[in-house]
Amino acid sequence: MMNEKLFNSGILTEERQKAVIPPLDLWEKKKNGLVVIECPQQIPCNPCHDSCPTGAIMAFENIIDIPRIDYEKCTGCGRCVARCPGLACFVVDLTWGEEDEALMKLPHEMLPLPQAGDEVACLNRMGEEVHRGKVINVTEPWKDCTRVVHVSVPKDMVMTIRAIKVV
Amino acid sequence: MKTTEILVVGGGPAGLSAAIEAASLGCDVTLMDSDLKLGGQLIKQTHKFFGSREEFAGTRGFEIGNLLFDEVEKYKKEGKLEIFSNTTVTGYYKEDGIVSYTIGEETYDLIKPRRIVMATGAQEKRIAFRNNDLPGVYGAGAVQTLMNVYGVAPGEKVLMIGAGNIGLIVSYQLMQAGVKVAGVVEAMPRIGGYWVHAAKIRRLGVPVYLQHTITEALGDKVIEGAVIQEIDNTFNLVGEPIKVDCDTICMAIGLTPTCELLWSAGCEMKFVPQLCGYVARRDAMMRTSHPDIWVAGDAAGIEEASAAMVEGRIAGLAAAASLKPEGCQMLKDKSAEYLKRLENLRAGETGAKIRCGLEQVCCECWG
Repeated sequence: MMNEKLFNSGILTEERQKAVIPPLDLWEKKKNGLVVIECPQQIPCNPCHDSCPTGAIMAFENIIDIPRIDYEKCTGCGRCVARCPGLACFVVDLTWGEEDEALMKLPHEMLPLPQAGDEVACLNRMGEEVHRGKVINVTEPWKDCTRVVHVSVPKDMVMTIRAIKVV
Repeated sequence: MKTTEILVVGGGPAGLSAAIEAASLGCDVTLMDSDLKLGGQLIKQTHKFFGSREEFAGTRGFEIGNLLFDEVEKYKKEGKLEIFSNTTVTGYYKEDGIVSYTIGEETYDLIKPRRIVMATGAQEKRIAFRNNDLPGVYGAGAVQTLMNVYGVAPGEKVLMIGAGNIGLIVSYQLMQAGVKVAGVVEAMPRIGGYWVHAAKIRRLGVPVYLQHTITEALGDKVIEGAVIQEIDNTFNLVGEPIKVDCDTICMAIGLTPTCELLWSAGCEMKFVPQLCGYVARRDAMMRTSHPDIWVAGDAAGIEEASAAMVEGRIAGLAAAASLKPEGCQMLKDKSAEYLKRLENLRAGETGAKIRCGLEQVCCECWG
């Protein structure tokens, strides 16, 4: 009941896991990471597929389909992260850094902009600060003001952290 | 008296699209808009649009507006399209089909069009609560105009009423403008807008109060806070009142079609809750029961800008083809594609309400 209400207010809950998670064996080996998409509602939208240079986000039979991913083809490039109007795509690179670290590539459209080297607050799906992570890089794939922030996070928090805030 | 082949009333996404299509068939088109700048709600939309490539999905709304302006400019240069901004259409006289309008507050004049596309958009609804006439209680459209057209922050801390797409998106835009959002209040047990729009503001820490309503704005001369309270499934107040710290209240309750001119013209109207008010009955090409009048966009039922643009294109094309027999083939070819695009935009659970509403007002053809 509680989780249902949380989901209905825009928070993905474990009991309603509609995020498609990459297969772990591939994920742990894939340099540059794989995409995680949290788009649980059928809406008429397909720019994630249109923006994907490798065809990893498969063509939509019907525009309201939920995205389907061929993880073998995903290169973790982050173009969908910056293109998705719902900011629902995230890239997680489990091969990055030390054993217990990972790199997340998160969409960011707020000011001030983070800079590489900054320490930023990492927020969970409810906006609670759960970690302080270091910004490794900031890119702007489409030159349209939507940034992709690469931030280092603990490996066990990649399914918790979904945004950053400059502090 | 001034005459025109096609008069388009309203220069938002639907009206601009209608004018462009009508001009493309070689008609002389006149477009009137009450605002100083064309574009309607499009010019305030800083978020990226949904849909497919044909609807410029992934492009920000105001940039889609710029693409339409480029097309408009082309037909203006060719002398096919005349634009009147700051011009309010004030009446339609069905005895002789004459339209009255005012330019600014000084000039009053008449025009006789052969065909009209009504793309008058919508008006915001408001709800009643104590002190809702205090300065600082805004509609979401006004907040967007201040913020995204004139670059003025409406306040420092905003309480948003309504978690439809407008409430969710404007909350996000406020945060981008550096304004705090104290929370989003929604009477229903779930957000009404796209789930991903809610997720965006949730992960930045904005609370969403489902099954809550605003009961009072606090303050004497300015807003010093608001009181919200939980409601049950039959909208009765339950629980304790909660005081929220804010200096601005933004209402995104919903919209209702602007349809006075359609009533004046004697178009067959019907109240359709799913389309948010009275709307004109129309055929698939957006022609109303009045043979010279077409309708498009929010004036035809509340939807979003992508659908409004496609409807505008259909209405503009169909109105033009009724004057240019050589345009009928073009109408046939293009409208099939446009109708397919509308069907896609209205597919799935999020389009169910619209589909149900349209079933009640669409007829095959007017015989």
